[in-house]
Order: sequence, then structure tokens, then C-alpha cells
Amino acid sequence: MGSLTHLRDWLDERFHWADLLGPLKKKAVPIHNLSHWYFLGGITLFLFMIQVCTGILLLLYYRPGANEAFESVQYIMTRVQFGWLIRSIHSWAANLMILTAFAHMFSVIFLRAYRKPRELTWVSGMLLLFLAMGFGFSGYLLPWNTLAFFATKVGTEITGQVPLIGHGLMVFLRGGEDVTGATITRFFGFHVAVLPGLATLLILIHLALVQYFGMSVPSSVEERWKAAPKEAREMKFFPNFILRELMAWYIALAVLGALAAIRPWELGAKADPFAPAPAGIRPEWYFMFMFQTLKKIPAKVWFLDGEVIGILIFGLAGFVWLLLPFFDQASPGRGRRFVTGAGIFALGYMLAMTIYGYMAK
Amino acid sequence: MEHPTLPVERTTRRRIAGFLLGGGLFASLASFVYPVLRYLIPPPVADLGGDAVVASKVSDLKPNSSKIFRFGTRPALLLMTAEGEYRAISAVCTHLSCTVQYRNDLHQIWCACHNGLYDLNGRNISGPPPRPLEVFQVHVQGDEIVVTRKREA
Repeated sequence: MGSLTHLRDWLDERFHWADLLGPLKKKAVPIHNLSHWYFLGGITLFLFMIQVCTGILLLLYYRPGANEAFESVQYIMTRVQFGWLIRSIHSWAANLMILTAFAHMFSVIFLRAYRKPRELTWVSGMLLLFLAMGFGFSGYLLPWNTLAFFATKVGTEITGQVPLIGHGLMVFLRGGEDVTGATITRFFGFHVAVLPGLATLLILIHLALVQYFGMSVPSSVEERWKAAPKEAREMKFFPNFILRELMAWYIALAVLGALAAIRPWELGAKADPFAPAPAGIRPEWYFMFMFQTLKKIPAKVWFLDGEVIGILIFGLAGFVWLLLPFFDQASPGRGRRFVTGAGIFALGYMLAMTIYGYMAK
Repeated sequence: MEHPTLPVERTTRRRIAGFLLGGGLFASLASFVYPVLRYLIPPPVADLGGDAVVASKVSDLKPNSSKIFRFGTRPALLLMTAEGEYRAISAVCTHLSCTVQYRNDLHQIWCACHNGLYDLNGRNISGPPPRPLEVFQVHVQGDEIVVTRKREA
């Protein structure tokens, strides 16, 4: 204990430790009936850290390339001790992370946590969600199995439909005109170098903004507290909230471990670029609503291709979604109703289309 | 602020709770670390055909020449002495595992990394190598030169 105090004093003399930790100690988290929604962002961060750790472990054995990728994942799953567990955790945590990120996003919409002054926190969070989907899309191909091969073929083909820049973008993503071993190399580079770098930077910005502005109080609670200031309650961020957050992480880890152990992620059959696509080809669940929509748009609408219309609509919707907080402020009352309405519509549409996608043959 | 001393019953209860919490955390930590440590150990590589290997064709080797061949996972040296005798010797230098070569000017086996020298029976005769090279058995079966590991008697 004595040497620990000594070390702290040594650091404090040089870095003014107390000043650095000051804001953390002053930070408080409001307590109200909706407080538990505050945990979702933290759980998403925790799952991201799991991804970094298990991803580094997978890198010890994984080999990108059309002749090696599938075999190396198979080697991890069958020969390396606990390899099946590490890969299953990586796959399950990826899916849970997307799920908690979406839940976090909708909680921010419905609790109106995005409103002034936190617009840029929302924008950075949305960019992180897009990155997470990029992680999912690029990581899905890496085992080079049949499902991954065709999902990537279809996904990059859709990118190719974007007017003007589409074809160039597709060739850039694929590393050529077709999905080949060159595509694995690219996706591997995106997945383990480009995206993690960007994501780390954005997470730091996102967290700094959250720290800077403090926790948002939902507007309904805020009104109640304005009427009766004595009712307002809060807890210290450190250690009270942190300990609760750690409990949430521990539970998340238990769920993750149970899923990975009980339902290990399957590998499937090795991709054969010259075999016909098997029945039941579909993307990961979080792309399903877009996939199903594109399937339902007629091949020709007026003079435009169906896919082009779909991509333009999703592109526009994504852009509006990114700037949602600014619509809230455009006019009091109306803007607020627009954002909440958009949130309900988006959630309903995504749920309905996802279920439809899985029910439809 | 008053701090009433807790009755003995309460302090033991707290100690049990602390023990359960600490023990649980330790057990779960161990259950994360153990699989990771095991995962880090690479699985053993199968030693394919490490016992008998066709090193060369009889016609491929002239007197006072040599050839490197694969014996299991490691390189080995097959050489024909100036007198026309076959020798099969591990090509992994006993010093720092460089691959050795036959010097037909010296009639010796030489390691280029640190100038180690062995004679044609694999004995270390000069330079840093601490031990002799492993010597294998050579059989000629028809046109093929077969190398086998010496059985320990």
C-alpha cells in the first residue's frame, strides 16, 4: 500500500493527477425512472473492446486469401485449443454490438437526448454505427464460406448501382470486377486496419463529447424537475455509476459466453465462385430490412432501375437521419414531433421488413 | 458521525459476502484467462513422413557432391563422398539452427552463419557448434536412395 501511495504522489507531482481526475469526480449521473437506458452506450463500448481483444487473437492464426482463408478459420475452429470459443465470441459479440448500438440509438431518439447542445454527439454516434455496419460487412466475408461469398457479391453489386460513382466504387471494394481473393485482402485491410483506426478516433470524440456535456435528462423528467427542483436526484459517476456499469458489463459477458458456448458460430462450406448460389442466401440480420426492400421494389419505376431508386431512398434517409437533431430545432413543437415520428416509423419499418424478410421464402 | 462497532455476527457476514464476491470475480477472471492462454499455444505440427524419406535418385548424385532434402519438417543433407560413399546428415547446425552445406573443396560440412565446421560423420571439429549433427541411415533400394532415422538400440 505504501509504495502505491508513493507512486501516486510521484505521478501527481508531475502530472497533477488530481486536476485530471477532478472532472471525473465532479461528474454526476441523474437518477430517474429512465436511468437504465444510460447503460446501453457503455455496453456497446464494452462489446467493442471484446471485439478488439478477440480480433487480435484471431489474427494470430487467420490468413487472408482465397486458398487459405477458409482453411485457416477451419484450423482455428478444429485444431487450435479454444479456437472455436474465440471465434464464436467474436461473431456473437459483433451481432450483439450492432443490436445494442441500435437500441442505444433509438433510446437517444425517444428520450430526445440528441437535442441542443448534443447535436454533434449524435452525429459522431451515427458515424460510429455506420462504421459498425462496415465492420460487419467486411468481417462477414473473411471466413470465405458460401454465404459470405454471395452476400458480398450482392452487397458490392448494390454499391455498383449508385449513379455515376457506383461502378468505380464497386471495383474499389472488390479489388477488381469480381469478388475474388483480392476482395478478401481488401476487406481484411479495411476490417483490421482502416475501420479500427477510424472507430477508435470516433469513439474518443464521442466519449469526450459525452463527458463534456454530461448526461442528458429526458425532457419529460426535465419538466418535472423544473416544476419541483427538490425531486431532482443524481449519483456520482465515480464510483457509484461506474460500479453499476461494470455489473451491466459482467451480465453482458455472461450472455455472450453462454451464447458462444451453447450456439458456436458455424463455418459452413467453402466458397466456390463457379457454383450456383444456394437457396436461402441472405445478408446479416441488420441489413435484412434494406435487402428485403430492394427485393420488393419493381425492376423498373418510370425510367429508373428499381435498385437505383432503393439506393437513392436509403441514401437520402440515412442522410436525414444523420442530421435529425437539426430538424428538431427548426421549429419548436413541430420539429420535435417530426423526429419522434421519424423514430417510430424507422423502428416499425425496420422491424416489419426484417420479420418479413425472414418469413418470406 | 458515530461509528458504532458492528456486532461480531455482522462482521462475519460481511466477510462471507466479501469472500463470495472476490472468489466469484477471481473464478470468472480465471475462466477468461485460461482459454486465452491455451489458445496462444500453437497446435503441434504433424511430422509427416519423418521416419523414411526418398532423398534422391541414385543417378542424381555424383561423387564429392551433395543435395539438401526434406526430412520431416527439417532440411537434411545427402552427400556422396569422393570415395563414392553415401552419407545422410541433419542439415540443421547445432549452434543456432542455420542450414549447413557440403564444401567439396574442404571435404567437410560448413555452416556459413558462424563458420562452424563438421567432418563427414557429423562431428563438430571447428567453430562454435557445441554438438555433432544427427546422422541418418542410408539404404539404396533400386534407383532410390532412402534415408531413415537411426533406431535407438
